[in-house]
Amino acid sequence: MSDTHSQLAFVRTEMLAQKEPPAKDKGAVKWVRTNLFSSWSNTILTLVAFYVIVKLIVSAGPWFANGLWDTNSLSECRAILDGARGACFSVLSERWQQLLFGIAYPSDQYWRPTLAFVIMLVAAAPVLFVKLPRILLVVTGLFPFVAYWLLWGGTFLTPLVSLIGVIAGYYAFKNVERFGFVLGLGAGVIVAAIVWKIGGALTASMDDVLALRAVASRDMGGYMLNMMLGVVCISLSLPIGIMLALGRQSHMPIIKGISVVFIEFIRGVPLITLLFVASVVLAYFFPPETNMDLILRVIIMITMFSSAYIAEVIRGGLAALPKGQYEAADSLGLDYAQAMRLIILPQALKISIPGIVNVAVGLFKDTTLVSVISMFDLVGMIRGPILASTEWNGVYWELYGFAALLFFVTCYSISQYSQWLERQLRTDHR
Amino acid sequence: MVDTTQMTVSDEVAISIEKMNKWYGQFHVLRDIDLTVYRGERIVIAGPSGSGKSTLIRCINALEEHQAGKIVVDGVHLTSDLKNIDAIRSEVGMCFQHFNLFPHLTILENCTLAPIWVRKIPKRQAEETAMHFLEKVKIPDQAHKYPGQLSGGQQQRVAIARSLCMKPRIMLFDEPTSALDPEMIKEVLDTMVELAEEGMTMLCVTHEMGFARQVANRVIFMDQGQIVEQNEPEEFFNNPQSERTKLFLSQILGH
Ligand SMILES: Nc1ncnc2c1ncn2[C@@H]1O[C@H](COP(=O)(O)OP(=O)(O)OP(=O)(O)O)[C@@H](O)[C@H]1O
Ligand SMILES: [Mg+2]
Repeated sequence: MSDTHSQLAFVRTEMLAQKEPPAKDKGAVKWVRTNLFSSWSNTILTLVAFYVIVKLIVSAGPWFANGLWDTNSLSECRAILDGARGACFSVLSERWQQLLFGIAYPSDQYWRPTLAFVIMLVAAAPVLFVKLPRILLVVTGLFPFVAYWLLWGGTFLTPLVSLIGVIAGYYAFKNVERFGFVLGLGAGVIVAAIVWKIGGALTASMDDVLALRAVASRDMGGYMLNMMLGVVCISLSLPIGIMLALGRQSHMPIIKGISVVFIEFIRGVPLITLLFVASVVLAYFFPPETNMDLILRVIIMITMFSSAYIAEVIRGGLAALPKGQYEAADSLGLDYAQAMRLIILPQALKISIPGIVNVAVGLFKDTTLVSVISMFDLVGMIRGPILASTEWNGVYWELYGFAALLFFVTCYSISQYSQWLERQLRTDHR
Repeated sequence: MVDTTQMTVSDEVAISIEKMNKWYGQFHVLRDIDLTVYRGERIVIAGPSGSGKSTLIRCINALEEHQAGKIVVDGVHLTSDLKNIDAIRSEVGMCFQHFNLFPHLTILENCTLAPIWVRKIPKRQAEETAMHFLEKVKIPDQAHKYPGQLSGGQQQRVAIARSLCMKPRIMLFDEPTSALDPEMIKEVLDTMVELAEEGMTMLCVTHEMGFARQVANRVIFMDQGQIVEQNEPEEFFNNPQSERTKLFLSQILGH
């Protein structure tokens, strides 16, 4: 071999084994150094933040520690504390039933909303976690009817008739669907309506078969009311939002027009206005004897409101999909419904999860706005009956802190779930 | 080298296009296209960028609508009637430049989706068919991965397998290799050659002139929305007639 080449040529004779990284690059010391004290400004910020945290603990700690749980009024709390800092949590222990169920729900019937809540968890599970056995979906399907019966009471025959109507309508739809989707839909609605009419007539005189004590809508309140509105409105506004988003993309001018006008109108109006419309104005549009339930009216308004927002979120997801996905679905011979259900929506919804959750969390918190139209939800209860009572007039921190905590726990769970779901669905390996 | 004489072309018409015209707004993309494709033919369509090659083959399975003229595929007249369109699409397979696999489904699910939902084939049977075609394109071991985990060449072969699972009688390819690295081009072309040997009717937009020489029985040259020249590959490459064709060939072959 010539000398000129020996300096450039190189052949590795043995491969290097993997080594541990140097000690200063790992462990707690490294973390503290890089995250808290990496520079002068960072060090100052760390010290300030540390000071604030300590200050908070020092001032709020005694307030919690001295908290009283078993007095009967605020004045009693003040007497016991005798000038010392301390919370008066007794309002929570004395009024927790009102905070959770409202002022007028019969107290010997509290098990009913509680049971409905537990069943709701079971019913939601198979929808939220795809890995659970599909048979649980039966619970999900039955839940609305059972929950209605549990919450409002009355004879079990009412929800039973509506359930039978829904099932009959579904079968009618299935059988007629092959002649056309719209025909199927029409047949389903007609059959369901007939069943409800006949069923209603048959059961009209059987008010006390399997009856629970009836509770009127105006007697519902507390956190239960927020839950009811939140759960119903979110589960209704998702499918409606999907339909609106697809409608807005439609090539059929009428469907597109309706969707656009609906979305733009609803988005342009404050929710509180819609709620006032629900509580006052809507009554003018219906014949006086119909007397539509107030909760139902509010549900309709909140659902319309949030479905418009969800539609826009999903439209963003649809727009983000490459055109090739639509073309591939088309070229395989999938029809519109199949392409949407199997190819487009799963991907578009996945992209839209953060936005949908954002709307859902916002909606859930917005249910407290019903306190403005004198419904006694959690905030309505606090603002109205509890703070107005002579015993507890002036207990702000404890009550609103409790309300904030309840909402925070619920909304944070929703947010955590959605992040988990996003990780589960991440299959594109970007 | 494939022995092209063995690949029989029958005199049964697979696709017939008569005086077909298409506009994008004011722009006249396809002008008086006349084309008859016989069963078993392997046709390569070439031409400069923007000449309307993609548009032509996309009209054949109604991904694009044509405004004038007549297209008959497999005896079915292509009108705006959705029934006819769906019937044609399930008989005509299509592969795209960018594969367009469904990223949220596994390879196997990509291949079984259309047979299950369009052909109403039981899942078990659809999976067997899918595995058969995945073996054919030589990636059965990737069946349970997601498209994002595969190389471009592998993805394109999955896309071919996905089309084949519908048992199409005609396959359309729109530049199937132009998004791929050179070493992957060969594996995709090999799959397509194999398909041709089995007598599949194929229309393929491609700039792979080697492929055209090897398997095509007809090369079509398009420019400005028109068919400028068509001939058997030998004649087309060695003895082009029109000036445009000569220019085009000198540009893509002459380096
Ligand atoms: N959706 C569209 N709207 C308007 N014009 C379009 C559209 N799609 C394509 N065109 C135009 O039609 C002409 C033909 O397009 P086409 O995609 O068929 O060309 P091509 O021969 O496939 O070109 P390439 O080799 O670049 O793929 C081009 O001039 C293009 O700009
Ligand atoms: Mg093209």
